[in-house]
Amino acid sequence: MKGMLPLSEAPHAAGRTSDFSETYRRAYRWMLLARVAEEKIASLYRGGKITGGVFVGRGQEAISVATGIALRDGDIFAPLIRDQAGRLAFGESLLDFTLTYLGARSGPMRGRDGNVHRGRPREGLLPMISHLGAMGSVVNGMLLAHRFQGKKHTVGAVSLGDGATSTGAFHEFINQAAVENLPLVLVITNNQFAYSTPTSRQFVCADLVDKAIGYGVRGHSVDGTDLAACLETIGGAVQTAREGGGPQFVVATSLRLSGHGEHDDSHYIPPQLRETHLGRDCLSVAEEHIRSQKWADATTIEAWHRDSHTQVEEAVAHSLREAAPDPAREDWCALSSRHLQEGPEIHPPLKY
Amino acid sequence: MITYLEAIREAQSEALEKDPRVYIYGQDIGNFGGAFKATKNLAHRFPGRVLDSPISEDAMMGSAIGAAMQGMRPIVEMQFADFSTVGFNQIVNQAATLFWRSGVSCPITVRLPSGGTPGSGPFHSQSLEALYAHYPGLILLTPATVEDAYSMLLEAVAIDDPVIFCEHKYLYYHLKAESLPKEALPVGKARISRAGRDATVVTYSAMVHEALAAADELAAEGWEIEVIDLRSIKPLDTDTVLASVARTGRVLAVGEAWPWGGVTAEVLARVSTEGFNLLDAPPMRLNSKDTPVPFHPNLWGTHRPTARTISLALRELLRA
Repeated sequence: MKGMLPLSEAPHAAGRTSDFSETYRRAYRWMLLARVAEEKIASLYRGGKITGGVFVGRGQEAISVATGIALRDGDIFAPLIRDQAGRLAFGESLLDFTLTYLGARSGPMRGRDGNVHRGRPREGLLPMISHLGAMGSVVNGMLLAHRFQGKKHTVGAVSLGDGATSTGAFHEFINQAAVENLPLVLVITNNQFAYSTPTSRQFVCADLVDKAIGYGVRGHSVDGTDLAACLETIGGAVQTAREGGGPQFVVATSLRLSGHGEHDDSHYIPPQLRETHLGRDCLSVAEEHIRSQKWADATTIEAWHRDSHTQVEEAVAHSLREAAPDPAREDWCALSSRHLQEGPEIHPPLKY
Repeated sequence: MITYLEAIREAQSEALEKDPRVYIYGQDIGNFGGAFKATKNLAHRFPGRVLDSPISEDAMMGSAIGAAMQGMRPIVEMQFADFSTVGFNQIVNQAATLFWRSGVSCPITVRLPSGGTPGSGPFHSQSLEALYAHYPGLILLTPATVEDAYSMLLEAVAIDDPVIFCEHKYLYYHLKAESLPKEALPVGKARISRAGRDATVVTYSAMVHEALAAADELAAEGWEIEVIDLRSIKPLDTDTVLASVARTGRVLAVGEAWPWGGVTAEVLARVSTEGFNLLDAPPMRLNSKDTPVPFHPNLWGTHRPTARTISLALRELLRA
């Protein structure tokens, strides 16, 4: 699935090869576009233009983009609420983001679901449900289907936070993936808080990555504030899974640089934590790295910023012009077997 | 002769034979053949397509949903209907919402060995059809006959939506038929299992047989009781029910499941709202008692409706 935007050529897994700087730059630009897009939506939210919640990935774009950029056509990606960068890198159109947040009926969810609950399953991008850990086994099933169908070398990536590691669904799906030796890459972003709950009330193991041992899968740890490390570690995990190495369990460490959602001022995050290494903004770190490595000059970086703002403004302007869903044109049918739907009257299928 | 259980096995075998997209996933269903032997020999006949799962009902369901999204037709065997509640979230929030949210259908069949048998107790006896029927996006089938067990399971696999297939454990070995059917009523159509003019019993699954026995008993006294086998709980064939009530003027809804908000309540709500003027007497319903399903056969036999309690209820209905 490829969007309408000029950055959309699919980059592949990174290593420290000759084109590493190119991958890094591309990853940075997705991160920047995600940041600009989310800031715009957050601003619209504060202006009362958005119905429902807004959830941003500020501070974890490096982890997310490293996941999305390592995937390719035919792969599966189950993003979570802070994966705008990874979604874009995987190929989601920026319009899917703006149309869904703005509730347009022409968006992929047609106003039936909103904000981060969007996807295009036929193109490998899953629309998350809110129940944490629940997408993992769905990805397992898609990978099982690939095995039945003889599709080789595909990978499924699942994005989760530290909080989701406490669910039963988490345990079941990672164990299932291990039993079936599936090419599943689990990327856990430990951003220190699940909504307001610190990790000390979530688990007591010394390091989340130790859980990998118990499941018999390979564990990886990475500094989520360092884009190069994320590209290398997550890209490497994806490559290992693709080559038949079985499930990969990645724990990336960061700090959430936002509230849980835009409704949340995150007052519970101690200010001194923001001053630590964890509190580094991965986007600024990446930009500084590009400058220091001379992978782009100041004019180019400035042009990238302008380009991101232009793309976002265009996508938002377009989406604001799109019609909202119309209850009179809604077919109110939850089944694809329309003749089996209960209810007073079934309307013809939607033709939006 | 073929039993209800053998019909289920035969339908699965046929589905595997005819459609390469079909596979079966569940606990102990591979070489062991399943807790009830519903998949006996299938793993051997269809290598790699009848897979033992870990004891992970959530992941069993989630993976079936994912495989269905990628074009497969999974059949999931829950070892007991009771255990499906561990996978409840995936069924009602993932499978049931998928098509409506994304336009991608979710053709999965979830087999729930349902209902009580003597000595099975609170956690191996449940009838959960009402629980699942509550959620939009699911189809609920409750076959009462060997023929329906076979044809409806094949139809379930062919349907492009999630189907909860409630097969009754009490009928597994008890119920036999001469042969498997060549044709069948479609899903969504109820069957008049016995025609009558004095009162209508609307029921499904194992209770069809209790109702037929009660009708036999009352026939000896000259009453003609009509028995409707709903076959499918969702969609519910309200037309057949109302047409019957139009003929008899009296209705008793019977279900083995718990009473609160269940299938019998739904049936009577429809009759009362859509066919109030057809009624010559207040509608009645009979369910299990509102307690967990008891272990001891003495208690279990009283907990659920039986031919005896159905005929008592019918006598009351006929007097009204």
